[in-house]
Formats: sequence, structure tokens, C-alpha cells
Amino acid sequence: MDDCLLLDAGSGGRASQRLVSQCFLRHFANPLLERLDDAAELAPERGPLAMSTDSYTVTPLFFPGGSIGTLAVHGTVNDVAMLGARPRWLTCAFILEEGLPLETLERVAKDMGDAAKSAGVAIVTGDTKVVPRGACDKIFINTSGVGEIYAHPVPSGHAARPGDAVLVSGSLGDHGLTIMASREDLSFLTDVRSDSAPLADMVHAIITACGEVHTLRDPTRGGLATTLNEIAEQSGVGIQVDEAKLPVHEAVRDGCSFLGLDPLYLANEGKLICILPEDKADAALDAMRASPYGREAARIGTVTEGPAGQVSLRTRIGGSRLLSMLEGAQLPRIC
Amino acid sequence: MDETQHDPGARLEAAVQDPELCAGLLRRLETALDDASLRFMEVCGTHTVSIFQSGLRSLLPGSVTHLSGPGCPVCVTHDAEVAAMLDLAGRDGVIFATFGDLLRVPGPGGRSLKHAQAAGARVEIVYSPLDAVRLAAKNPGATVVFAGVGFETTAPTVAASVLAARAQGLKNFSVLSMHKLVPPALRALAADPECRVEAFLLPGHVATVLGLAPFRFLASEHKVPAAVGGFAPADILLALCEMAEMRRDGAPAVVNAYPRAVAAGGNARARALMDEVFAPGDALWRGLGRIPESGLGLRPEFADFDATARFGIALAETPPLPGCRCGAVLRGRITPRECPLFGKACTPASPVGPCMVSTEGSCAAYFKYAAH
Ligand code: SF4
Repeated sequence: MDDCLLLDAGSGGRASQRLVSQCFLRHFANPLLERLDDAAELAPERGPLAMSTDSYTVTPLFFPGGSIGTLAVHGTVNDVAMLGARPRWLTCAFILEEGLPLETLERVAKDMGDAAKSAGVAIVTGDTKVVPRGACDKIFINTSGVGEIYAHPVPSGHAARPGDAVLVSGSLGDHGLTIMASREDLSFLTDVRSDSAPLADMVHAIITACGEVHTLRDPTRGGLATTLNEIAEQSGVGIQVDEAKLPVHEAVRDGCSFLGLDPLYLANEGKLICILPEDKADAALDAMRASPYGREAARIGTVTEGPAGQVSLRTRIGGSRLLSMLEGAQLPRIC
Repeated sequence: MDETQHDPGARLEAAVQDPELCAGLLRRLETALDDASLRFMEVCGTHTVSIFQSGLRSLLPGSVTHLSGPGCPVCVTHDAEVAAMLDLAGRDGVIFATFGDLLRVPGPGGRSLKHAQAAGARVEIVYSPLDAVRLAAKNPGATVVFAGVGFETTAPTVAASVLAARAQGLKNFSVLSMHKLVPPALRALAADPECRVEAFLLPGHVATVLGLAPFRFLASEHKVPAAVGGFAPADILLALCEMAEMRRDGAPAVVNAYPRAVAAGGNARARALMDEVFAPGDALWRGLGRIPESGLGLRPEFADFDATARFGIALAETPPLPGCRCGAVLRGRITPRECPLFGKACTPASPVGPCMVSTEGSCAAYFKYAAH
């Protein structure tokens, strides 16, 4: 085999077959995929189904705590899980740039295979396209996920009610700052690591323990602040958050204050927001803290009657201000 | 055990966030005000953001009016300067290196560096001027132009980068100097007959370089009290207390309420660095117009590193944008909400004026942190 990817590998001929069998089948091994039919036959044990899709592009491809491969699995299985579903099947489509070292692709495939295994999903069908150099940036991955819904009613961004407790499963901003630190070579930010993780087990534990969960969301791009604003808008409620309760790691806080960034707007890849009736809050927190990804879970605020769509922050010194939605990307500051 | 107990710096930083300390200072401020009002202006974007972000604004007594002046280097970057940046960024063989927050500043016709980038210009975000020098060393086939935007705090590091480029014998590095000086702008504001500012919260970072002397004229010539303040809520409150007490006592002065970071004499080394490379000249300020001796150009000895000279850049004054009241905001004549465009034609998504662009701009802070 060559050591870098040639356009031939996307031809659909033997070169493609070699790539699929030597790289993907090896790392994604499961009976459904190995049939190599045009589609995968799925046999749900229960329904209805939840489905979600997302595309992944990230620079650099590998970073402390994960890679584009772990993101492509965790991102989609977490989206499926937020509906109170058990993610079971993933599709996976690659757009690859000619010239990509095969070793890189292999590492990504291995990360995906490992992540899928630990998330309990099978990658059952996929596609590979190779485009000429410069037509894409190394690797783009799209994954779609299907899961079986077990929660009744299904948690939704539209279902937050005044009086509900707002919980978060752990520290904020780790992923976003890690990507920025590795992309920009900010060598002083050595203590940050992405939180990329599969959350389906934690979701299952919460729903089993509490029964009634109004809203589950993973605060990825746009971070906690943007996600809470979306929920407040969809549910037509206000949300009040207590700054002193927000879990943020020291290294993230320091890095952010140096760069003029706000950790509340940075992406997370292994955290969830859970909104549920006040009297279930403690049980939900216990369920989160029992998960390896939820040890730092905290109650951060309360849903209020209004003003609808507005998220307000009670600050450390007892003042209050808006926690508004982010406009565009956060950019590091000048002075 | 709490780690902060071992680290005096961390302990201090935690203390200035302490709700009880702040509550005590708020009581002291109310006593000092004793029914009098206080219209204060801060001239530092970091103060602006801190006052909003910490929620301090919501805690200040009703008799205190908070105005944000020309304290954000992005906000005061003139249209004509943005036009010059766009001109340079679009030229063949040029890599335009800039701090990230300049990317969205609209120039004439609403075009920004982001648009130039999308159209194919090579615009690179750097985190320090020395990164731009490294970029030049790595790209011998291109010319790196660094956008020198900032106040007395940034200028010394840019000066250091010019010296580094010269020491390395780099012929492909230059600076488009749009640096601005804070004291001349304060002089212009204080002399404005319509200026209603009763006290100035002076920028802690700039004062670490300049010390207190360049600000003394505020008290001696204009009888306005001023205090250098740090950036935590308690630092800002302490400065406000000092200013209110000076007003109550009829004894205006310029005081240092941030002694843990600011020496009365400033930082002589940083000033020497700045003076070695730059010389003061007139500058165009967005909203404020031309202010004499308020900018920094490269000295003739450094003409090789001066993008203005190398690329024949001349700044042409442009008419103000129709409807934009940035000038009035920066002068403290109105608050952002009094601008008819605020939150309507002008939002962070489509900023009309630069005060809405930078996260440290006053209009953006009102939009982001204060309930509409
Ligand atoms: S709202 Fe926009 S137009 Fe009005 S002063 Fe602020 S930045 Fe200028």
C-alpha cells in the first residue's frame, strides 16, 4: 500500500476496496458493516427512533483529549442521546484530501472505531470520497446516528418550565480552549484537554433515576450561554444562572482571561445541560456524578417565568446582567 | 486546603472579587456621594467590559452615571485607517498580520478585513507582534505588514518587534502604525465644552507604562478628579470611592487606586523602547476626528519598517457614517441607547459603527450585557 492517499482510492474500483478493507473494516468491525451491501438492515428492538447528523472539520486533527475521529462519534451519539434515546447505529462518510498520509487516516479510523465501541454503537454503513489536493482540508467526516427512544415524554428544548432546576454535567470550555490552544500553538496552555466523551450512559442513568426530564442538550458550539439562550427562546421562559456555581477549570479560566475569551461561549464535547423539576434535581445530580464524565456536575440555575427568551446571570459580587447569545466566533482581544 | 492560602497573588485576586468587600466599598461610595451625583467615564475597554460583565453596573447607586469613552483601540480605529488596511491586505505578495479583533471592523462601505480575507487576501491573526516577525522570517517570498493598533500598552511591544526584525536583518517586515495615545485624547475630551464628565477612571494598563504624571492636567487644569483603577470589581469601586470623596471635599487630584500594579513613575523601560522607535504625530480617531500629537509614527531611522512609507499610504479623512453617533458616545454626550441606530440598524451582527464591533466597545457591551 502507498503511504499517502491517491485520488484512485475514491474511484470505486480496487483501490477503494483496499482502503475500505484495510482501514475502515478493520477498525469498525461489526457484522452489519461487513456485509458490504448497499445499505444496512436495521432491526430496532424498540421504537420510536431518534436520528441526527453532523459534519466534522477541525484543525488540528489530533489534540489533547481526542481527535476528529472521537468528535465525529461522540458529537453524533450525544445528539441522539439528548432525545432520551440509546444510540445504536452510525453512518460515516469521509471526504478526504488527496495526499493525506494513510497513517493519519488510519489513526482517525482507529479513534472512531474505539469511540464507537465504548459508546455502544456500530458503524454500519459509510462512504469515501477523495478530492484533489486543496479541495478540502485533510479530512471532513459526516456521521449520522440512529437510536432507540426510551424516554417518555421525550426531553426537548421546548419543554423547560418555570421553577425547573438547571444542571450541567461538568466543567465548561475545556474542548473549545484546547482546540484554540493547539491550533494557535499557545504553548503556555499546557493544562487544558478536550472533554470529548460519549454521554448516552449518563443520560440513561438520569432518566432512569428521575423519570421526568424536561430538557437535555449538549452545549457544543456556542457553549453554555448560547445553548441556554436557545432553550429559553424555544420554551418561552427566562433562565437565571448563578455565576458562582458554574464549574470552570482553573487552567481554562486563566487561559480565557489571558485571551479575552469567555468560557461560557466555548464549545464542549462531553457535557450536557439537564433541566427538570426542582424536586428531581438531587437525584439527577447523583446520577451524573456516578458517571465517569459527570463527577463535577453542578446545579447552576433556575428556569423563571420570564422575560421570555432571556438568560440572566447573577454575578459573583451579587450583580446581575444578561448572558446573551454569541454573535459570530469569539476572537481573542488586543489589549 | 484552599490553594489560594499559599499564593498571595491568587489570594489578592480572589479578594478583589469578594462580594463582602464590594458591599463595603459600595456603602463607602454611597456615603461619599451623599445625594450628590457622579458622572464618570472610563477610558479603557477592559474597564467597560469588567463593569458590565461583573454585574457591577447593576449595583451602582442610581446617582452614578457610567459613560464609556474612547478606551478601546478597535473602536477608535478610523475609517481611513481601515481603508488603508484593506488596501494593503489586498496587495499581491502581502501577508497582513493583525490581532483578531480588527477583522470585523467595518471600513468605508461596510467592508472589513473579513471580507478581504474571503476575497482571497492573506490575512493572518497573530497573538503578539513578535509572531508577525516570525511570520516574516518564515515567508521570505512575501512581505508581512503588521497592523499596529493599540495604546501605550501595545506600542512598546510593537517597538520591540521592529527592533527584533532589524536585528534579524529582515527586509520583509513592516508596521502600519495606527497607535494612539491616551492623554492627548483625554485632553481633547476634557476641553470639549459639551463634555459633562465629572470624574475619569483612568486605565490601569496604560498607567503601568506612563505613570501618573501625564494625567495630572485633568485635576490641575480642568479641576476634574481622576483615579487609576484596576480591573476587578473591588478595584473599580475603590477608584470610584476615591473620586467621589475628592469631589465631596472639593479637592480634585489624580490618584493611584491600583498601586499593586501601577508605579507612580510608570515603566521607564517600556517608554524608552516606545520612544526609540516611534515619535508622536497627529492621529485620526473614529468619532473624535484629528487630535494633535495623539498618534505614533515610526521615526525616520526606521523608515524601512514603516508600511506607510514603503507602500505610499496616505490617510484621507472620510465623512462620518450617516446616522452613526459613535462620536457622541465616545465623548460621553450620550449613552449608546440614545443612538437611534442602536439595536436596530446597528447590532453586533451588522455593526454600523466600531463601538458595536469590538467586544470592548461601549455599544457592544450595552447590547451584550444590559437588558434591552
Ligand atoms: S449604536 Fe452603532 S451607530 Fe450608534 S453609536 Fe453605537 S456603534 Fe455608532
